[in-house]
Amino acid sequence: MSIAWYLAVSAIVFSLGAIGVITRRNPLVVLLCLELMLNGGNLALIAFSRMWGNGDGQILAIVVMTVAACEVCIGLGMIVALYRRHLPIDVDELRELQG
Amino acid sequence: MSQVLFFIAAIGVITGAVGVVVLRNPFYAVLALVGHLLSLAVLFLLLRAEFVAAIQVVIYAGAVMVLYVFVVAYVGEESESLGDRLRNPGAVGSQLRLGGAILAGALLVELLIALLGTGLEAINGKGAGYNPGPEAFGTPAYIGKLLLTRFLLAFEVASFLLLIAAVGGVVLARRRHGVEEDDEQDVLTPMNLLRPRSTGTMAEGVGKR
Repeated sequence: MSIAWYLAVSAIVFSLGAIGVITRRNPLVVLLCLELMLNGGNLALIAFSRMWGNGDGQILAIVVMTVAACEVCIGLGMIVALYRRHLPIDVDELRELQG
Repeated sequence: MSQVLFFIAAIGVITGAVGVVVLRNPFYAVLALVGHLLSLAVLFLLLRAEFVAAIQVVIYAGAVMVLYVFVVAYVGEESESLGDRLRNPGAVGSQLRLGGAILAGALLVELLIALLGTGLEAINGKGAGYNPGPEAFGTPAYIGKLLLTRFLLAFEVASFLLLIAAVGGVVLARRRHGVEEDDEQDVLTPMNLLRPRSTGTMAEGVGKR
């Protein structure tokens, strides 16, 4: 398969993730869709890495996975904190960035 | 053979992604993401990124998704789906939501034009040459050598980022003072005498100070 096919799949996954981030209300699902966007980026990185035949893209993909793990840690911590404070788990109703 | 495998994995990747966006129940969305990640690992294998595929399955589909499942089970499932939102939108920003979907469609067209119309000759090829061996492209030995020589700074920065995220997760999810009333009497133990309140211990996390 030529590299272009992989890039097409990565563009589709990225856009699906973008739709989810914009339209869903549950912050858990928003985080999941953010993962989708990161995965689309990862697929493009690895496809380009294969195209050039060096490992830089794969290293960058591993760093992206690390960043995704950190984002999950912080994001889920925030959701648990919201739940503890009996705030609504809904990004439409959380419009005030106050402490 | 690799073409058949590519199409099966690509269909898995895209249906998993659609499932995450469309499914009503967050628990099923997490399961769809697990399927998506496993299919994506197959694509990585087809691109000869064996080590990245392995850590994708072990860390991403394993550890990170387990964390998601825990939080979904803890917070509880609030059902809402994309179809509901588009048919019966809420009060806030409902018009913007349909616009957002259109914007993402435009983003897809733009990305496809940008990626596939780059004029790079190699984009229509099958990639660079590949010689199988113990230290070939994409094996753990190759990745490890790169991480500890050329990308040592990135490696260290990533480890520091993980430390910050771990500390941040503990600080965010611990039980704060004054938010919830203390309905339990403090047990008098030597540890409690020595330790200041709200230090973010595991005992505080589960409500036993």
